[in-house]
Amino acid sequence: MAVLMSPPRRSLTGWGRTNATLSDVLELPDHELPAAIKEAGPRGALVRGLGRSYGDAAQNAGGIVLRLLGAARQAVLDEQLGMVTVSAGVSIDDLLRVIVPRGFFVPVTPGTRFVTVGGAIASDIHGKNHHVDGSFGNYVESLQLLLADGSIATIGPHQRPDLYWATVGGMGLTGAILQATLRLIPIETSRMSVDTTRMPDLDSLLAEMSSSDDDVRYSVAWIDLVAKGRNLGRSVLSRGDHARCDELGPRESVNPLAYGPHQLLSVPPLVPPTGVLNHATVSAFNELWFRKSPRRRTGQIVGIGAFFHPLDIVGSWNRLYGAKGMLQYQFVVPFGQEAAMRTVIERLAASGAASFLAILKRFGAGSVAPLSFPAPGWTLTLDVPGASRALGDLLHGLDRVVLDAGGRHYFAKDAHTTPEAIRRGYPRLDEWKAIRDSVDPHGVWQSDLSRRLGLTDSTHV
Amino acid sequence: MNNALDEPQHILLLGGTSDIGLAIVRELLSPATRTVVLACRNTEAGEQAAAGLRHDALTIEVVQFDGAATETHAAIVADIARRHGDIDVAIVAFALLGDDATANDASAAAEVAHVNFTGTVTATIAVANRLRTQGHGAIVLLSSVAGERVRKGNPVYGGSKAGVDGFAQGLGDTLAADGVHMLVVRPGFVHSAMTAGLQPAPLATTPEKVAQLTVRALRSKRRIVWAPGILRFVLMALRHTPGPLWRRLRL
Repeated sequence: MAVLMSPPRRSLTGWGRTNATLSDVLELPDHELPAAIKEAGPRGALVRGLGRSYGDAAQNAGGIVLRLLGAARQAVLDEQLGMVTVSAGVSIDDLLRVIVPRGFFVPVTPGTRFVTVGGAIASDIHGKNHHVDGSFGNYVESLQLLLADGSIATIGPHQRPDLYWATVGGMGLTGAILQATLRLIPIETSRMSVDTTRMPDLDSLLAEMSSSDDDVRYSVAWIDLVAKGRNLGRSVLSRGDHARCDELGPRESVNPLAYGPHQLLSVPPLVPPTGVLNHATVSAFNELWFRKSPRRRTGQIVGIGAFFHPLDIVGSWNRLYGAKGMLQYQFVVPFGQEAAMRTVIERLAASGAASFLAILKRFGAGSVAPLSFPAPGWTLTLDVPGASRALGDLLHGLDRVVLDAGGRHYFAKDAHTTPEAIRRGYPRLDEWKAIRDSVDPHGVWQSDLSRRLGLTDSTHV
Repeated sequence: MNNALDEPQHILLLGGTSDIGLAIVRELLSPATRTVVLACRNTEAGEQAAAGLRHDALTIEVVQFDGAATETHAAIVADIARRHGDIDVAIVAFALLGDDATANDASAAAEVAHVNFTGTVTATIAVANRLRTQGHGAIVLLSSVAGERVRKGNPVYGGSKAGVDGFAQGLGDTLAADGVHMLVVRPGFVHSAMTAGLQPAPLATTPEKVAQLTVRALRSKRRIVWAPGILRFVLMALRHTPGPLWRRLRL
């Protein structure tokens, strides 16, 4: 493998642009992967998709990072069965462009289209429909996993289920996902029918979501974290479903499955090092955004991009946070622990750490995967600029509130928690480790995240 | 691994009883910290220093390390990494001060020069090689304003610091391409065990102050930090002071 003699060392970060480390980045077609991982040194190997996890999940300091070129990057759609087989490096964006015009949609989409199918499985991602439909791993029929010994296993919920569920949410640490077959959902149109409601405070929001979320497929609330006191938790609740043909206007009905999202602009790499998001700009934005939302509007017809992926309109928006980058904080607390969530929101609002809108979502039943993040309860997600003062004290304090309430943190977002926090939040960690160790006894698959959080306590080399 | 808050998990202090080194360790401690290794010649004193750091969920280890035993440095660093994992921040803080008589005593001078220069070089290279393999990490190397323009009183100490300072900057520029950060710290007179009984120089500071400035500089990825900051400009002036005048200054 001449290519491995002097692989290019590259500095990698997650989407939050914190914590850069150097890895040997190799872009290889599938058939060259077994040889590449055999040559992996003591620092191991890991697959990186589009780098949209916020922390250090997709980097491997001092080791190999693989970019999959795929067998041929393709999607094969079986319209009869409503299933698609894709190579793992295919993004949700790629996939939607193929399947939406043919009347299908992905069963779960996160807030950005720019994640790969492999990453979606490895993080067991969730979307606005989690409360009724669960997470991504529930919709995989089977997948091909390249194991540490160079062999390829076909696994799924019915084939080697232990290994399959350890791979779902397993952050790429059980093997390299090469290909997956997914079940899709049928849609009549490429539009969404959306209801929007302004909520004056946190109590009314939680009450509304508790009482009627289960009647709608997609539901999410945006909370203004700058608002304090009486306005604490003021928010906009947005719910919707795929529009039926009879809901479209005459112009849209001409081509009900038309789909072609595009970026309006991209943030150039020349943002000042301090970033442009501070308390003043964020407060102004949040105020404007709250005021522009209607008090109540039902049946608005919008595109898939506008409803599911609003931030994708601006490319590289993470650059707005400047040289110090940002952290995304996401946790879940069980139902009945609303007081803990209120404490978190109060502390964030009081901290003055400029935070954009936080996203509140109600989770339904969890997955059987031992490291899958979603669990029945409330999940809150927010960005904080990396340059915030006293951020460490704030976040470690919030961690304790979340863990004491029986909650946990999301690996795909995490950039700051500790092995202890993970042990407490994921009581089935040892079960997962046992399965992982059985297929990777020498610790080939490693990442900065696995080292930082003690997911892979292999020999220190 | 450091986390996104720039909080290290594993800290190594070479010169484990150094007041400034220990103050930097304390400044770096956070809920993310998992291990602190104090490497020092006098392990008994090291255990006492460790007792001052101890808190829950933190592993503190004292290991035998002699700055003068240059041939042992690589093995000691490798062993620490093998047992504890990646070194996120290594602080190189050991040195001998010597005294005014050192300049007249060749064998005493050789000892100071050997520990301060050769020992620092071998220990720093041992750490650098480990960090290069890791693809991440930072080295904090304690230099001194004494190396910026060497005083007549203690030329061996000053000269050794001048050498180490230049070495660290050059090595740091090499390491930048390997994802490793080198920070050179240039404190002025610091009230500490090393300087106990000496007449404080103007702008004297404390280990805690030096530590605060050091950790701030570490997080903003600076290459050099002066403590206190004003010394940068004082030394800029002193460096250009004509020899006849410089010789007469009492510093």
